[in-house]
Amino acid sequence: MSGWLARHLQALLFALGRLVRAPWATGFTVAVIAIALTLPAGFALLVESASRVSDQAATAIDLSVYFKLETPLPEVQQRAAQLRTRPEVSTVQVITAEQALRQLQQDSGLAAALAALGDNPLPQVISLRPSASASGPAAIDALRRELAAWPQVEVVQVDGDWTRRLTAILALLRRLALTVGGLLALGVVAVVGNIIRLEIHSRRAEIDITQLVGGSPAFIRRPFLYTGALYGGLGAVLAMLLLTFGSLLLATPVSQLAVSYGSHFALAAPGWREFAALLAAGVLLGLTGAWIAASRQLAALHPRFES
Amino acid sequence: MIRFDRVSKRYASGREALSGVSFEIAAGEMVFLTGRSGAGKSSVLRLIALLQHPSRGQVQVLGKDLSKLPQSHIPAFRRQLGMVFQDHRLLIDRSVFDNVALPLVVAHTPLADLDKRVRAALDQVGLLDRIQARPLELSVGEQQRVGIARAIVGRPPLLVADEPTGNLDPQLSREIMALFGRLRDAGATVVVASHDMALVRESGLRQIQLVDGRLADGGVAP
Ligand SMILES: Nc1ncnc2c1ncn2[C@@H]1O[C@H](COP(=O)(O)OP(=O)(O)OP(=O)(O)O)[C@@H](O)[C@H]1O
Ligand SMILES: [Mg+2]
Repeated sequence: MSGWLARHLQALLFALGRLVRAPWATGFTVAVIAIALTLPAGFALLVESASRVSDQAATAIDLSVYFKLETPLPEVQQRAAQLRTRPEVSTVQVITAEQALRQLQQDSGLAAALAALGDNPLPQVISLRPSASASGPAAIDALRRELAAWPQVEVVQVDGDWTRRLTAILALLRRLALTVGGLLALGVVAVVGNIIRLEIHSRRAEIDITQLVGGSPAFIRRPFLYTGALYGGLGAVLAMLLLTFGSLLLATPVSQLAVSYGSHFALAAPGWREFAALLAAGVLLGLTGAWIAASRQLAALHPRFES
Repeated sequence: MIRFDRVSKRYASGREALSGVSFEIAAGEMVFLTGRSGAGKSSVLRLIALLQHPSRGQVQVLGKDLSKLPQSHIPAFRRQLGMVFQDHRLLIDRSVFDNVALPLVVAHTPLADLDKRVRAALDQVGLLDRIQARPLELSVGEQQRVGIARAIVGRPPLLVADEPTGNLDPQLSREIMALFGRLRDAGATVVVASHDMALVRESGLRQIQLVDGRLADGGVAP
């Protein structure tokens, strides 16, 4: 067991030594791998951040029922009372035209201009929130149609519509991230595979001699596999740095943008879980590339004996 | 230990390097393989070490019919065999120590033993003081002795040496032959290809003589 460990440690250190001795070549390869890992990971992080917002919003779909301007308030209040008795409605709130106007005057700072209008241009509104069990798209749509058919009603607006659209867009983006991620993963495998192929070529004499003294295929393959795994691992570490740096750089402008839309959207910074996943992906991809190259190349090599 | 039965070897170029060669070498025996340049000595050693297959005939080594040895058994087979190459075959970017240690490393020898045995092997070829040198910093004769140290370091039951003294002075050549003799006395089978006839005669050992890919008349001369 300890011999086994020592052998692997030795192969790892040997592979690491080789990478360190060619810092430029190693750096370029690691950078390519890091970029290939950063793109889908950053994309995924963005989608996750957005879906957290949409999850919060999804439970808060509101319907605003705008009444025709001439509708008297008691009629509206009667309608509200009617709605409160229905099981699929959880809360009902009447916003009178006066309240709305006062609110607008306060918020907009257009008090003088609005006062000059004389007549209140705002309608009476019932704001209602469906109960959780009636928040499905079909139920909401049915409710919206019913309310819109009332003679006093001008229009019914579903305020949560954008969250549904967002959810659909996010599902699309998630799939896109997976596709792009899959393609770039293949790219990492190809890059590492090609590097290992070249490395095997340049160390042909060494491989020959090792075979001549009885080195098993596993023994000969081992340092190349470690090299591939190291490339992938180092690429993941660099990708993580890029992601952290990128999220720090974007965090402030993104939250400013979000606040201006009245949202709590915040860019998720990558954490240990993301790092572990990225590292595992990098190592696995590097290993795969190295394995494919080593199996193909070493199978093709046979020791020659020239004298 | 080694048995050639009507072995022929024709290379891809069409040249027949060996034609119907048959001989036997007993376990614990030390023999010379002699013949002029191009006679087929290296070809015989390559067949013994399973570096190539015969075109016809059967080769048995260490009790195994090599044509029936599965690919996966070849590394283990080679670990039982120490080989000195005519062109040394050293790793030029590794130290003398690393070169000699290679057969022990691939055989997963514990590190503690490894150091001791590499030093002992280098001591036997008189190169202990060059242990950290790189092969290209050595003379050709010194490189050859590194190759010899690498072949004996694993104490293989079969030692196959292709012109091991080709670049050595007579004094060193005799010392290497004495070393091989001691390995034979310890139980190893030793096959040495050489065209140094003085050395062969001086040793008084059996020689298998090749002439243009065939055994010289009678095949085996004393
Ligand atoms: N790979 C090869 N392809 C074609 N012909 C070869 C090959 N190897 C050797 N030969 C030919 O086979 C013959 C025997 O070669 P071999 O190397 O066995 O001779 P040798 O006795 O070891 O000679 P030397 O004493 O010069 O080393 C030679 O004529 C050589 O040209
Ligand atoms: Mg030869």
